[in-house]
Order: sequence, then structure tokens, then C-alpha cells
Amino acid sequence: MTDTNPAIEVAGLTKSYGDHSVLAGVDLTVPEGSVYALLGPNGAGKTTIVNILSTLLTPDDGEIRVAGFDVRREPAGVRAAIGVTGQFSAIDELLTGRENLRLMADLAHLDRTAATTSVTVMLERFDLVEAADRRAQTYSGGMKRRLDLAMTLIARPRLIFLDEPTAGLDPRSRRDLWAIVREQVADGVTVLLTTQYLDEADHLADRIGVLDGGLLVAEGTAAELKRRVPGGHVSVQFTDAARLTAAAAAHPGAATIGEALTLQLPNDGSVAGLRRVLDGLDDDGVVGLTVESADLDDVFLALTGRTAEAPASEEVPA
Amino acid sequence: MSTTYAVRDSATMLRRNLLHIRRYPSLSIMLVAQPILFLLLFVYVFGGTMGAGLPGHEGAGDRSDYLVYIAPGILIMTVASVALGTAISTATDMTTGIIARFRTMDIARVSVLTGHVLGAVIKTGFAVVIVTSFVLLLGFRSDAGPLGWLGAIALLILTAFSLTWLTVGMGLAADSVETASNTPMFLMILPFVSSAFVPTDAMPAGLRYFAEHQPFTPIIETLRALITGAPTGSDLWLAIGWCVLASVLGYLWSRRLFLRVPAK
Repeated sequence: MTDTNPAIEVAGLTKSYGDHSVLAGVDLTVPEGSVYALLGPNGAGKTTIVNILSTLLTPDDGEIRVAGFDVRREPAGVRAAIGVTGQFSAIDELLTGRENLRLMADLAHLDRTAATTSVTVMLERFDLVEAADRRAQTYSGGMKRRLDLAMTLIARPRLIFLDEPTAGLDPRSRRDLWAIVREQVADGVTVLLTTQYLDEADHLADRIGVLDGGLLVAEGTAAELKRRVPGGHVSVQFTDAARLTAAAAAHPGAATIGEALTLQLPNDGSVAGLRRVLDGLDDDGVVGLTVESADLDDVFLALTGRTAEAPASEEVPA
Repeated sequence: MSTTYAVRDSATMLRRNLLHIRRYPSLSIMLVAQPILFLLLFVYVFGGTMGAGLPGHEGAGDRSDYLVYIAPGILIMTVASVALGTAISTATDMTTGIIARFRTMDIARVSVLTGHVLGAVIKTGFAVVIVTSFVLLLGFRSDAGPLGWLGAIALLILTAFSLTWLTVGMGLAADSVETASNTPMFLMILPFVSSAFVPTDAMPAGLRYFAEHQPFTPIIETLRALITGAPTGSDLWLAIGWCVLASVLGYLWSRRLFLRVPAK
């Protein structure tokens, strides 16, 4: 992989099962060393993209290069460069954590000393030292996920795919996992992750692609996506109801929250827009002011016409 | 790449399978118990009557003669029983997420299967030793020399190897673990329609033709000759031929099923 090549290049990717089109022409480019998040609800085609990029599935059509290798013609080259952590834990439950890691080190063809060292390092880094010699089937969900990721990373891949890496994890485990992903990125590793958690994409990704019905309906940084949709506003809290009423009269498009003495004014987040709001306010009549930009939930709603699926009610895909 | 690392990856996968066998011994115990139960049943329940009917004893054959007669059949059933277990463990393995991980790694892919086969052959070795101890305990004695026993060991290994490649294929082809435990059942039935428990002469014409020409009969006859110190004759080559054929077909079939895309 050279610096001039993007880690992932996809043009015109299509995939269908019979009459059912899963991917309807996806184009995406992920520069080396960056994090790209594919965001979308269940059934949007996220996992299908990961499976195709990681050589588990063949595409129907499209030019797809991963780490400089064509996924159809040079799958071995792709496999040598990537690490994959899928939605379902890819660990051997009958083996201990240590044995699982050793298995991966051996399959990565590390020599004996390097393998032993790497296993020790990974156990420590992923906080699995105490559980190292217990069977993985006794691990908690968070521990299994950490072991899973450690198994992916022990071969030091330059490009990793994380398919919904934090689905079903508690908030603390999610943050641990995010920290690990950031460390990898700091080491220059390229990451493609899929998620239906909007905040996850917001936290981790350099660029986000919003996938819906097998198409990328929007792409950009989190900030760019938020700017593309309405939903940002300025909340102004007043000292008394009279001032609130007066301000509300001056801004017909604003929403009044009477009991909180607050007026919500639509705002695009620009300096000029903010100045216009401020110019109409008395200094001594205002107790508080908050600028809120649209979050990715607003983005999703605006782009797809639906709210993003609530992760809590997530169905387990077959 | 795949040839350079095929041996190393297979050794790694074999280690994984041996750990599985150690961690999940109940399946192995069940697989060894089955032929031992058949042995006890046939020797103690049917043995007296069946022994009297054995040819070559002028009607004076007894339980101990029958034990000698069925010993090779019981050993082959032991091999078949472990092979059946391999269909189950292969199918079970395919349902686990780690198989998908293996498919995304730059390894000799067929090593996943060779690991299963080699693990099963080793497991068969243990099973055969246990069953043979029972056979000896019940009073089996023979004039076979060390060469005969070595030949018997080689034949059992070859049989285990070939049956296991077939059952690995059945495990891969099965859409569920339940199916995988049913499809190889014929391997346990076929020895009954062979020369394992009664000489084929006693069977009606059509059945006899089948019994004399199905693969288990030459394998069992060769094993019987080897462990009783008798000459093997042409059965030896037939036995080897069947085993090689089953190994090659089983390997090619399993390999194709495992490498097929899309992965299941």
C-alpha cells in the first residue's frame, strides 16, 4: 500500500439477491489513516458492504480495491492487509482468551517468540490478563468484544473493518472500545466502521456516509452533514415573561417554551445568523443563551425521511 | 502462499481441534460407548447362538469364536462412529463466528478442514485403543504377528481418514447440526449389511451381492485377516482402493463446499 493509494476505493458497487437489490451503486473512497463510518438502519446494506470489502461476498458489479488489491482478482492480497471484527463474536468459545490470541498469532505466521510476546501485550492492553486462562464462553459481552478486537489486531493489520463494533455493549465498554479504535488510528491504521449509533459515527469518524436502501444518500464530515439540514437553533432564556413575549413577537418563526422562559430561534450556526439574534436582545433581560447545532438524528431524519432506528429496539439480523 | 503455509496452518488448526476434543469430552465418550455396547450385546446376547453357526467350526463354534469373528467389524464401527461425530463437530463449528474470521484471513483455507480431519484421526486412534482393550478383555486372542497388527493399525488409520473426509463434507453440506447428525447414520448401518457380524453366505442372493460388493466388506475382511494372522488376498487392494477413492472424493467435495462463495 503506497501513500498515493486510498485504502479503500469503491466505484459502482452493486449487489442483489434475486430480485432484491441490496446495494444499488455505491461509490466511496477512504484515504489511508482515516476513519470512515457507514451509518444506516438495519437492512441498509452496511454489513453487505463490509462482507464484500473483506472478501466474504462477491459483488455483482463495481470496481473495488482494498489496500490496493482488487477484491475479486486478488483476494489473498486483501486478506493479508485487513482485519475484520464482525457483528457476531468471532471467537472460539471453547478456547481460553490466551489460546484464542495464540491461534490468531500462529495463523498470522508470527514466529514463536513474537507470538508469545504479542499475546501477552494484547492480554494486557485489552484488560484480559485475569481472564486469560478461562474459556471464552465464560466471558461477559464486553470481554468477548475486547477479545474479538484483540484477535483482529494481533496481526497488526493496516486496515480494519468494524461491523457494528459496539452493538449491545454498555456505555463504559463502548467508550473503552472507542479509545482502542482511536489508538489504532493514531498508529496510522485505516478504519471502516458501520454503526447505527449516530453518536458513535460523530465521535470516531473523519467522514460519514449515510446509507439508506443500498445507496449512499449523503457523505461528509459530521459537521458538514449537520450543516446540510435544518435543526440548529439558539435558545435564549429570559428574566421574565414580559420580555419573553416581546422577543417572541419580534421573531415570528421562534418557538416559545413558556414555563422555562425560553425562546428557541432557528439558526444555521453561522456567525451572521447568530449576530442577528444577538442584536435584537437586551443585555439585562437575558439570563442564558445556548447555541445548538443539529445532531445526526436530525440529519438522518432529513436525509431519509425516517428517524434512525432506535438501537435499543434493534433486531438481530439473520 | 497457500502451499507455503498449508502445513503450518493445518498444524495450527489441528491444535485447535485437539483442544476442542479435550474441552468437550462428552461427545467423544458417547462415540466410543456405542461400539462397546454393540460388542457386549453381540458377544453376550447373540454370541452363543451365532458362534454355533459360524462356518469352519463344524457347528462347535462358541461365544469366544464369535468374539474373534466380530472384532474387526466392531473396530470398523468404532471408526465409523468417530467419523459420525466429526460430521456433527464440523457442522457445529461452521455455525460459529470464528469460521467467518478464518475466511477473511490470509491462510491456507482448507487447513480449517484438515484440522478437523487430522483431529478426528487422532481421536479415532484413542477410540480404537479403548475398544481393542475391551475386545482383549473379553478374551480375544490371535496368532497375528507384529506385522499383522501394524498393518491393522495402518488400515484403521486409512479408513478413519477416508470416512472422516466424507463426514466433514456431510457436516459442511448439512443446513443444521441436527441434519449433520443424521446424514452419516448410514455409515453405522452399512457394517450390518457386510461380513461384519455374519458371513455373507447366509444372506439371500440380492442382499448377498450387495454385501459382498460394498466397501465395508473388503475392509473388514482385510482387517480380520490382519488381526488373526491369515493371508489378506485381493481384499487388501480393494480395501485400499475404496479408502483412497473415498478420501479423494470426500476431500474434493468438502473443499468445494467450504470454498464456495457466498459463505454461509
